[in-house]
Amino acid sequence: MTTLFSLFYSFFQIGLFSIGGGYAAMPLIKAQAVDIHHWITATEFADLVTIAEMTPGPIAINAATFVGMRVAGVLGAVLATLGNILPSCIIMLILARLYEKYSKQTLLKQILGGVRPVVVAAIFSAGLVLLQLALTSVSQPDLFALVVFAVAFVLLNSKRIPLGPIALLVLGAGVGILHSVLA
Amino acid sequence: MKKGLVREKKEKPQRTVRFHLQLFWTTFSLSLFTFGGGFVIISLMRKKMVVKLGWIDDEQMLDFVTIAQSSPGPIAVNGSLMVGYHLAGLSGALVAVLGTVLPPMIILGFVSLGYEAVAGNPWIGAAFHGMRAVVAAIVMQVTWALFRPLLEKREVLPLALFGVSLVLLFVLKVNIMVVMVAMILFFVVQSLVGLKRGGKDQ
Repeated sequence: MTTLFSLFYSFFQIGLFSIGGGYAAMPLIKAQAVDIHHWITATEFADLVTIAEMTPGPIAINAATFVGMRVAGVLGAVLATLGNILPSCIIMLILARLYEKYSKQTLLKQILGGVRPVVVAAIFSAGLVLLQLALTSVSQPDLFALVVFAVAFVLLNSKRIPLGPIALLVLGAGVGILHSVLA
Repeated sequence: MKKGLVREKKEKPQRTVRFHLQLFWTTFSLSLFTFGGGFVIISLMRKKMVVKLGWIDDEQMLDFVTIAQSSPGPIAVNGSLMVGYHLAGLSGALVAVLGTVLPPMIILGFVSLGYEAVAGNPWIGAAFHGMRAVVAAIVMQVTWALFRPLLEKREVLPLALFGVSLVLLFVLKVNIMVVMVAMILFFVVQSLVGLKRGGKDQ
């Protein structure tokens, strides 16, 4: 019972203070799960980071599920994840309400409109990091990754070939496996 | 041919059980393919909810990202909650969050039972080699779609803000929430000063 509660509470704190995306949450998760509670070892934590990068979803939720599952099974995973998303869900619900109420007002419209280029820059910056990662993680220079990137980019912009992003991701996985078999 | 930001939008969908199921399935399937961080799901969301389903428009989506990014927690969860709430209120928010959280939970639940097999698996590694390049292309394409209207307007301030933000985020690696909140404060002050001036002129 106390373990379940401290799982919930630890990940509640992580959720509340992980400010600025997944990688900001990593040191908090390490502090709680490795240093304070000794739920997982430092090596397991390093493995967790690798796994989180290989599996879909936010890193904090991956970590919550992984640690919760190891410590207290399915119930532990559910409680840790719930604790993790509860703070941001409460904050976001308040913000969502305010947005729906006031988004037509000129002041808020002006502010949100003004910040839009920043969001585009943030998406671009994330894209650059992903591109860097895609082109350097296996070999340098990685001609295969560059070709896949270019073809995918062209296909996404093409109006004639209506391939959605998910279909392209599946194709990308297939091409990756084919490449490793042939190489 | 549509140019610029996607603005024409259908009416808000009716809040039926059927719609909630569709919302759940949409967020679930997007979340299932969100490798490489929150901005990937934002890019997928734009493709699906703005371009394909027409549930929201580009400006609303960027507003949602701004708000999602200015509060703690994963941007994927925050963004889904905003969209869900906008489309169908509290129940929509719950359904969207559940759809976003379940795929990583289910996958990690299984992985935690035998993660040694996954972490070093060459087949999974090879698949990721291809997928990483596609993910980068998806985010870059969405960047381009959102950046083009900015370029076409030819206004100095938005382009300057874009440049400054890019340097702060990509080169100097400043925490994104710090940048976002600072920029919001900048515009709050600017608008308030503008209001005051407008008041005096009358």
